[in-house]
Amino acid sequence: MTFREELASIKPLLESIGPYNEFPEEYNSKDAIEALLTSKVLVIGAGGLGCEILKNLALTGFKDIHVIDMDTIDISNLNRQFLFRTGDVGKSKAQVAAKFVEERIGDKQLKITPYFGKIQDKDLEYYKQFSVVICGLDSVEARRWINATLVSISESNDIIPMIDGGTEGLRGQSRVILPTISSCYECSLDLISPRTTYPVCTIANTPRLPEHCIEWASVIKWGQVFPNQKFDADNPEDVEWMYTAALSRANEFNIEGVTKSLTLGVVKNIIPAIASTNAVIAASCCNEAFKLITNSNPILDNYMTYSGDDSIFTFTFELAKKNTCSVCGVTGISIIAQNWWTLETFIEEISEKKDIQVKQPSLTTSSNYLYLRNPPHLEEITRPNLNKKLSNLINPGEEIIVTDPNLPMSLKLIVSFEGPELEPI
Amino acid sequence: MLKLREQQRKRQEALEASKANSPSSTNSQPSTKASGAQVLLQKNLTELELPNSTKIEFPNPTDFFNFNLFISPVAGYYKGGKFTFTVAFTQNFPFEPPKVKCINKIYHPNIDLEGNVCLNILREDWKPFVSVTSIVMGLNHLFLEPNPNDPLNKDAANTFVKDINQFRRDVSYTLKGGVLNGDRYDNVISRY
Repeated sequence: MTFREELASIKPLLESIGPYNEFPEEYNSKDAIEALLTSKVLVIGAGGLGCEILKNLALTGFKDIHVIDMDTIDISNLNRQFLFRTGDVGKSKAQVAAKFVEERIGDKQLKITPYFGKIQDKDLEYYKQFSVVICGLDSVEARRWINATLVSISESNDIIPMIDGGTEGLRGQSRVILPTISSCYECSLDLISPRTTYPVCTIANTPRLPEHCIEWASVIKWGQVFPNQKFDADNPEDVEWMYTAALSRANEFNIEGVTKSLTLGVVKNIIPAIASTNAVIAASCCNEAFKLITNSNPILDNYMTYSGDDSIFTFTFELAKKNTCSVCGVTGISIIAQNWWTLETFIEEISEKKDIQVKQPSLTTSSNYLYLRNPPHLEEITRPNLNKKLSNLINPGEEIIVTDPNLPMSLKLIVSFEGPELEPI
Repeated sequence: MLKLREQQRKRQEALEASKANSPSSTNSQPSTKASGAQVLLQKNLTELELPNSTKIEFPNPTDFFNFNLFISPVAGYYKGGKFTFTVAFTQNFPFEPPKVKCINKIYHPNIDLEGNVCLNILREDWKPFVSVTSIVMGLNHLFLEPNPNDPLNKDAANTFVKDINQFRRDVSYTLKGGVLNGDRYDNVISRY
């Protein structure tokens, strides 16, 4: 493979060894270029950040890009998600974005593979094929999922770095996670500020802000009028009802400022997205991916925050790894179990192991509660499992999560089976 | 980081080699993984300390994100009643608090007739480290010491402030399923 003419601007960055290169003796520009041309990169999210990221990666010279997004294109996306046109409304973001970039770049070696669906549809084997994963997501839940998945792969295999970008209005952040090595997404979960909430009593009795009136309509009034119906923020009729209810509440208390867009903002927790913030953050994410793959420069260590709402400010610092993190703070322990062992035998065996140190363990897998010691009702529900054979309760390779009052968080056990099916006499 | 990439390439080759050698073993193990929310809630629930006044029940044995709490206050205005709350956690735990509702229609300054509960730690004062034990304690506290300064049921709060004896009578009357100001309340007198 050779570098195409239009990518000549990238070449000087890789061909000479820069002053900051961490491994000048080992660095080899041929390897770096080869890596750029052959590494598989996964982009999660083809929205505001995703469009920028896909464009950047393709123009940087990456040739094998995959993209996942479960969403379809909405008319309100078109102002900033520049890979989409009016005629694309309703189609898959991932598919349209992939096709647009491929056609625009016009390079036969560039392959962008879209997947229209959820990240949870794909298994570990799928994620193992990538050299780096870049996230442009809008939910904490999805970030936690992909983070846990990459940590789990990194424990048993090699490290797949995760680059996470996020924007909120004029502010944004990017970070690099080296699963099991540096602070993971779950380690810093406590730092996320929860959505703004107001005391129910204030909403119910002493509203002072337009937001109080909207929350009153959403938290209290809706349940009274439609006790068995869930509010649907995507249904214009529901939103209209909410707006009218909030407005009459506001009039009653002489509060100004209830508008339809504020209503939507409060009930959907929307912060307007800004194209330039997305561009800044996506550039940072792609820059990190480029450095990770080519080793041409040191990577971000490990969190960069950007704020553009009062002049421009950025700051970089290192988030610390948390020893008691429920995702990366616990290492997996491999255990060999006899085929004939019941769950009870298994628990006795692990309780005697010195490197496990549990006294009152509770055990689950991702799909099954094996034995929970407390509260009493869960103990009663899971007690019959104690007499069942462990090999019938778990799937091969499935990890067992152990919690115990003695443990700061949890342990992961990876069990393999051997020996006879029946207890030797 | 160079090492990282070399290892990744080796792994890729090994992966493809193993695929080529055993095409039949494509139906590999389910690769689901317990979520951070599940691990944290497991830790939380198995170390839950329930006071004698409170029982917990899981209607769906394969889902500990949703459960019911039965609270029978041992003292105070609500002694003799048994109150049922539904608690619903989501995968956003511990980033978001659980939704807690009282499914009985009761007369209480901090609980409205739809079952909404005004408890600060369930809303504005929620923090990722608030435990299930603290939620249970908080709900118990509401029955021992109703707080008329943060009312959800204004009538109840007003009566509480103005005439505590009337409030006491209203509570014991409504607990038996009585009608007050046009609203019929649920009979929540505990049979135990």
